[in-house]
Amino acid sequence: MSGKTLSEKLLSLSSGRSVKAGDIAICEVDCAMGTDGSIPMAMDYFAAMGASRVHSPHKLLFALDHYAPAPSPKAAMLQARIRRFAREQGIPLFDIGEGIGHQIVVEQGLAAPGRLLVGADSHAVTYRAANCFATGIGSSDLAGVMMTGKVWLKVPESIRITLHGEMPPGVYPKDLALHLAKLLGADGAAYQTLEFHGEGLDTLDFEDRLVLANLSVEMGAKNAVFPFDAACMRYLDGRVAVPLEGLSADADAIYTRTLDIDLTTLCPYVALPHNVDNVARLDEVGDVPIQMACLGTCTGGRAKDFRQALAVFRQFGRPAAGVQLVVTPASREAMHELALGGELAELIELGAIIVTPGCGACCGTAGAIPEDDANVISTANRNFKGRMGNPSANIFLASPEVCAASAIAGRIASPQTLSRR
Amino acid sequence: MTSLSIKATARRFGDDINTDYIISSRRKRESLDPAVLKDYLFETIAPEFAASVRAGDILVAGKNFGCGSAMEVAATAVIGAGIRIVLAQSFARTYFRNAVNNGLYPIECDTSRIAEGCALQIDMGPRILVHSALDGHEVEAAPIPHDILKILDAGGLVPYLRAHSTL
Repeated sequence: MSGKTLSEKLLSLSSGRSVKAGDIAICEVDCAMGTDGSIPMAMDYFAAMGASRVHSPHKLLFALDHYAPAPSPKAAMLQARIRRFAREQGIPLFDIGEGIGHQIVVEQGLAAPGRLLVGADSHAVTYRAANCFATGIGSSDLAGVMMTGKVWLKVPESIRITLHGEMPPGVYPKDLALHLAKLLGADGAAYQTLEFHGEGLDTLDFEDRLVLANLSVEMGAKNAVFPFDAACMRYLDGRVAVPLEGLSADADAIYTRTLDIDLTTLCPYVALPHNVDNVARLDEVGDVPIQMACLGTCTGGRAKDFRQALAVFRQFGRPAAGVQLVVTPASREAMHELALGGELAELIELGAIIVTPGCGACCGTAGAIPEDDANVISTANRNFKGRMGNPSANIFLASPEVCAASAIAGRIASPQTLSRR
Repeated sequence: MTSLSIKATARRFGDDINTDYIISSRRKRESLDPAVLKDYLFETIAPEFAASVRAGDILVAGKNFGCGSAMEVAATAVIGAGIRIVLAQSFARTYFRNAVNNGLYPIECDTSRIAEGCALQIDMGPRILVHSALDGHEVEAAPIPHDILKILDAGGLVPYLRAHSTL
């Protein structure tokens, strides 16, 4: 009998039986995250299921991040309902301004090796940077977890991706993710896990892996998983309450496909409107004037991302006239770190519009909405038509460095083409 | 599954239809009611759809149907319009889950020869067969795993858990 992939091992652990790719596993959930985008429907499903008390309130985490702050009385009332429910049931709730649920789950040390996490939002895949199993579910699933503590999961097949070497200067995890999206296509990894291996991983820290894990869903993947190593341990140490013990895939595990990526050959990329896999090399994009540059979100909203952008502003100057610079830190912790380090003051001085930590500016539910025909360059994860709240806008996705350089140039640009201030 | 033969009209969409195209996420701010949201189905990419869809129609799509956000209204709004079956070359996994949990049958088969308005007959039994009345072409769909069919046949996760209390 052949060995197991990391996903097969993790789901065997969570379901209490030996499972292989293709099996349906009924799993015990260690942590389920819901947002104000998904909890209201989950509460309705929960009531319709005939349930009244949640199974394990301490295994749930509610985050009010999609409508932060509430853009309408209706959204405010939905949030009030969520707060009341959380209080009655004893569910930990992170209110408006605390940040994006995914970032909070990671910061709170809930994502840890061997655990099974789900989130009622597609970017719950982000947690798998921590050597756990995690994936996005819907509101009915969340209600099912609230009622039973369990979830059904189809054990995914895996694609083994081995990274070699190191990315050249000016190339970031976002570029690696866009390269993979181009290579695999929006559904190229459908239902499958991307399992990362190789010595190239030593050059990617935990925050870098969060970017890759986060964007794996844009390749249609169920998720992407990373080994438990020194980089993972460095981040989790002090955050996770339980002893850390990583899992790894068996040497004879079966993969649907193996890919070798030479990181030294990568270059900056841009995802063009309106699909994440519509990827071009930055130097092939041509002349695209921009009206808005967005830094932030659960993909590019950590302190490290803003520092990459600020390095460009320090060297090459301010955003061009007519460009709105929109900044959304992923969480209050990230914003606080930027405040303590002085970076937040620098961003304010650059004229940035500082949006409440949350999802609003990325998915058009609250925050900065672009004008008709505007071209937006963003560190976010999606560029679908209408994604930021205006179907007439065009969204381009790139690394923090390219977003900053483009803000300065007033058109999509590489820092190499800018002249020093 | 009880054997069932369904006749219906195909409403054709392409590849990579994301959930925001199925129902714009800004509509969720106003209401989560499928009876309301159905009036805005596919408004971004097919503004005439909501007015012309009839209960019992079948959605037919290419690959990766329901990609993007996991929002469940993208399944319930479809059911709100009286649609019970989606045929696609493949589904995004969150859409597949949400469909199953709400009793919307996500059926994977080769849809390349099915055109808009095509009359279809779907035989659902031990095998799932899709016939196109236009040219008599027949394809066999991927089987639905037993554990998933249990939830679908119950009408979704809500009636399933009402009846069984646990998974």
